Amino acid sequence: MKNKTNFIAKAAVYALLIFISFIILMPVIWIVLASFNSGTSLFSSSLIPKEPTLIHYQNLFTKTQFPKWYLNTLKIATINMIVSVILTTMSAYVFSRFKFKGRRAALMSMMLLQMFPSFLAMTAIYIMITKLGLINTHWGLILVYAGGQIPYNTWLCKGYFDGIPHSLDEAAKIDGASNLTIFTKVIMPLAKPIVVFVALTNFMAPWFDFIFPQIVLKSVDKKTVAMGLFEWVQKQQNTNFTMFAAGAILVAVPITVLFVFLQKHIVEGLSQGAVKG
Amino acid sequence: MEKAKKSAVLSALFMGLGQLFVNKEWTKGIMFLLVEAAVLLKSQYFINSIYGLITLGDTPQKVVKGVVVGHHSINMMVDGMIAILILLIYAGFYVLNIRDAYKSTKAIESGKKVLNGRAYFAMLWDRYFPYIMSTPSFLFTIFFILLPIIFTVAVAFTNYSSPNHLPPGKLVDWVGLENFVNLANLKIWNTTFIQVGAWTLIFAIITTFLNYFVGLFLALLINSQGIKLKKLWRTIFILPYAIPAFISLLVMRLMFSGPGPVNNFIASLGFEKIPFFTNPMMAKVMVLVINLWVGAPYFMALMSGILTNIDKSLYEAAMIDGATKVQQFFKITLPMVLFQTMPLLIMTFAYNFNNFSVIYLLTDGNPVNNKFKYAGDTDILISWIYKMTKDQNQFHMASVITIVLFVFVASISVYSFSKSKSFKEEDMM
Repeated sequence: MKNKTNFIAKAAVYALLIFISFIILMPVIWIVLASFNSGTSLFSSSLIPKEPTLIHYQNLFTKTQFPKWYLNTLKIATINMIVSVILTTMSAYVFSRFKFKGRRAALMSMMLLQMFPSFLAMTAIYIMITKLGLINTHWGLILVYAGGQIPYNTWLCKGYFDGIPHSLDEAAKIDGASNLTIFTKVIMPLAKPIVVFVALTNFMAPWFDFIFPQIVLKSVDKKTVAMGLFEWVQKQQNTNFTMFAAGAILVAVPITVLFVFLQKHIVEGLSQGAVKG
Repeated sequence: MEKAKKSAVLSALFMGLGQLFVNKEWTKGIMFLLVEAAVLLKSQYFINSIYGLITLGDTPQKVVKGVVVGHHSINMMVDGMIAILILLIYAGFYVLNIRDAYKSTKAIESGKKVLNGRAYFAMLWDRYFPYIMSTPSFLFTIFFILLPIIFTVAVAFTNYSSPNHLPPGKLVDWVGLENFVNLANLKIWNTTFIQVGAWTLIFAIITTFLNYFVGLFLALLINSQGIKLKKLWRTIFILPYAIPAFISLLVMRLMFSGPGPVNNFIASLGFEKIPFFTNPMMAKVMVLVINLWVGAPYFMALMSGILTNIDKSLYEAAMIDGATKVQQFFKITLPMVLFQTMPLLIMTFAYNFNNFSVIYLLTDGNPVNNKFKYAGDTDILISWIYKMTKDQNQFHMASVITIVLFVFVASISVYSFSKSKSFKEEDMM
């Protein structure tokens, strides 16, 4: 009797697992198959492609600016990652290790600033970038990204740095290390998990963001992939759908693989931020 | 006069004088002097900018013989704010300079050596290290976060909007609290605000709880005893979190659209097509369901960690006492998980309150509701604001609502933050 209920329970759990997997995988499978489908529109896309084709991937590289967008995004993502990590860790180190006038006020205001959805201030951001002469440049976009992430990520890193024992810096100081040496040689190596997390999130952000590029970038060859794909769906929903599918896959696959591969770091970093505040 | 006071007075007259002539601190004195000289040289710029911020211009821009003449109110506003922020930083330096003159004289009188040149810079680097290190972040934050926020708040007190107050062709004026009064009194505005606000609240509450508990359920499912291929299930379940949300949301939008594959399939079975995104009620349900698909895996990943860390002996003890599985769940698992994820739950609520991308990418706020001003049935406050700025150029009202929204979300977050561990640790320092 016990065995039987156990068996039923187990079967139910497996059924549930398979059912949920089906729901999760359905859109994924569909978009993958659609990208191999001949034709261009949403209407004609039957689920299983009748004549599977790579033509959309080919077109993506030969007939559109997609490869250019891809490289743009890669460039922006990489520079943003480096700039953001430097800015954030520097200020986090200061807030974690020094007592100075205005420290608490600065921390509190960063906490508040971080809650403001920055893209709502796009008019002002647009004017600022224009004043700097960086409209329609990638640097303009990088400034917006690197600036915008400071409050949140400084808090995140500061929380982590706080957990690194102060005795380590003091020991280094006795050995004659300067503040900068302590920062680069003691704190940074020990803070690797959080630095990886900040680097990763800043690397990934430009691949997802379709709002700020619309504000900063104007010409077609400057666009990022997220912006380009978004516009395809918006403007040509029913005529160029399969092209979108192919592009979406080329963006999603590397990011997803990177993510699954590094998920431990990411989840840890996120919960770190959440639990610490 | 006492020497230190003299030094302070000199520095108050012109930055750096006290340091130069009383203290003989050449390096520092010259630096202060240069700061004031720079500001004085640019004084016309500061005066014009601030005057512009007050008046917002009197002649609209137009092109005369190929040259743009006239005033652009919005640029003037930003210029004025930049000028004020720079002056505030300058004022900070000024106060610092006076205090420094006073203190240095005292220090020198009591035998401290005067540092100049390299020795001075070395001291500066060491003593002001925290300030120097955080200067880049400080400047970024001031000009790319603070200034845009101040600007957005200020716009709420102007009539910056299409069609009559849209630069460059038209001017913008300060209007005081008029927009706030209009939001309260004009029926079309306050109906939209209240109804969109109510849906925002409902959306945020339901989606947070749904994602949270379904996430917990998925985690329990994967962690349940005797399940094989745990790693495979886990990887599948985490997929929606790993796939960039903007792609999966766009894919969903296409999938469930009128002519999309789901409706195709339904039609091929001989049923009528379902108005997933065109029926208001249906569209709202779809938003919640699809956001569950996107959002639950994050909680699952998080809770798997927590579940595996719960002390196994608790369950063993419970089993000996004859507790059923259900009792174990409600008395051990749930309290443990809730306790550890409470701050997160509140943060997620605040996040969902402003979950712009899910609404914008899925439905764009549609279906359109004629009783609303510029909003659709699925619009939440933030997507409504976005539409008002980007598509309708109603910057003034958008700013008013942004302020209301920000105050609400910020108070929730500040409350939860004040309860959090890091805040309390901070207090003890």
